[in-house]
Amino acid sequence: MSDPNPRTTGQVATAGGAPPAAASAEAGGAAQVETPFLSGTRIAQLGPLLALVIACVFFTTQSSRFLTATNFSLIVQQVMVVGMLAVGQTLVILTAGIDLSCGTVMAFGSIVMTKMAVDNNVPPALAILLGILACVGFGLVNGTLVSLVKLPPFIVTLGTFNIAYALTHIYSNDETITGLPNAQTALGKSFNLGGTAITYGMLVTLGMFALVWFILTQTAWGRRVYALGDNPEATRLMGIPVRKQLTIVYVAAGLIYGIAALLLISRTSVGDPNAGFTDNLDAITAVVLGGTSLFGGRGTIIGTLIGALIVGVLRDGLVLMGVASIYQTLITGILVILAVSVDQVARRRV
Amino acid sequence: MTGGETRAAPDRTGKTPILEAHGLVKRYGHVTAIDGADFELYPGEILAVIGDNGAGKSSLIKALSGAVIPDEGEIRLDGQRVNFKSPLEARQAGIETVYQDLAVAPAMDIATNLFLGREQRRAGPLGSVLRMVDHKAMRREADRQMKSLQIGIRSMSQAVETLSGGQRQGVAVARAAAWARKLVIMDEPTAALGVRESGQVLELIKRVRDNGLPVILISHNMPHVFELADRIHVARLGKRAAVLNPKTISMSDTVAVMTGAMAPESIPPECLA
Repeated sequence: MSDPNPRTTGQVATAGGAPPAAASAEAGGAAQVETPFLSGTRIAQLGPLLALVIACVFFTTQSSRFLTATNFSLIVQQVMVVGMLAVGQTLVILTAGIDLSCGTVMAFGSIVMTKMAVDNNVPPALAILLGILACVGFGLVNGTLVSLVKLPPFIVTLGTFNIAYALTHIYSNDETITGLPNAQTALGKSFNLGGTAITYGMLVTLGMFALVWFILTQTAWGRRVYALGDNPEATRLMGIPVRKQLTIVYVAAGLIYGIAALLLISRTSVGDPNAGFTDNLDAITAVVLGGTSLFGGRGTIIGTLIGALIVGVLRDGLVLMGVASIYQTLITGILVILAVSVDQVARRRV
Repeated sequence: MTGGETRAAPDRTGKTPILEAHGLVKRYGHVTAIDGADFELYPGEILAVIGDNGAGKSSLIKALSGAVIPDEGEIRLDGQRVNFKSPLEARQAGIETVYQDLAVAPAMDIATNLFLGREQRRAGPLGSVLRMVDHKAMRREADRQMKSLQIGIRSMSQAVETLSGGQRQGVAVARAAAWARKLVIMDEPTAALGVRESGQVLELIKRVRDNGLPVILISHNMPHVFELADRIHVARLGKRAAVLNPKTISMSDTVAVMTGAMAPESIPPECLA
């Protein structure tokens, strides 16, 4: 970019003159590694989709109520908030980090939004903005500590996980905030599409997945997120401001948690200080089930969407089958280990 | 003597060095790493830089590539005085470096690695407004670059980790050659590789020179140095002990100069370059 005239053009001309025959045989004849159709990487990519399809087929045979538009709308609504958190979590995990604070940061954002609006008479839209900014602030703290102070992400976000949880309870006096203004629950409203209720929040979630997909796959910034997680030293040597980029990743994740906070209150119509406490693990589960590697550098946002849907489909299908909810947790746990194993084996093979 | 050799040490009379340094000094506390070193790299050559540990070899290279700032002395690129404050500034001036530890991103494809940090955007509003990168153009350009260096890799969308070690280093060399406008520094480029893979990379380095880029090669491996170098810069005690001609001096005499067993004054004149 900075150099519009890479040397290549000139070199082709000079190289064309005298190609040493022996040399080309040596380099060209070197072990040509073909990517086999069912390579480890491909399995890691297709696995989640396959698991989702299998689960759907299985539940369709078990319950006549499973394969209906209404049921799927319900599934999406149930995983919407965790799915949104998982988008931010994916960005962080792609850089070989982890964010344990996502759920309680979201809860803090939701309490700021609701308490400001209900108790302090701040205009609802401004209150939403302040809540989102609170989440962005947490992202900035996480990012700065990880990139500049070089603390391990696990420890940093374990700290901010607790800080956000404590601040949420201190600020809310442990009270659930009710009577939210309409503007704060608008995303929970739905419209009909062929008899199926679609909430605006669902559209926002899907829109966020699409936006982050675009950024990760189509922009230089997104490609650098991958490179950063894949080989931070090589990325730095190529002149990419690694620390700045890493900070921005955590800030972006904070912004996404802020939007998740808005989805949360629009869905529950209250500001609940106890919300989101276990959502960090659910979000990480969705990311891992979607085939993103905890070692960074590999994974897709589509995978995370599939991972979130797997969690939702399992929960919903098992409820329809009348299976006790503790078995959902059991099966999710087994699936996570399976997903990480597939990732490990795939990595070892290359 | 090697009579009909076409690639003799370049005739330096009247040629200006592409990169030169005079009287470089670099101290760390009261340790003097470089103690008034001189350096010249001429167009079209591979200059090997050798030296024992602590001879000031790596400090010299770091000063030339912007990784350390010398305390005294001057560096000139194409005759112009330069003061690199970071490797990025050296790179912007047209100096690229290949590192020994395969500085590539393994999960990324070849084209992405070649353009990492210098991604090409798509033309029109897709690029300027939406900031979309041009995957196709980058793959095409990568393909052209790899072909010009005769690195036989079929697909530029192949992940680097699917390549052999030699091919991976080939990607790093191709990247440096693609972006360097003045010269390429190769810092122990074969240290992490096996014999066969080293051979591929050595061929590649020759092709980089033959395509018109001068190369500074830092290596501990004497056979590699003698196979590639047009001239050998020997660093010793923070200075340049001698510049040797690998076509006329033996490997053992070279090592003797490097370790101090042979005084620079006692080197026969025909062995100097």
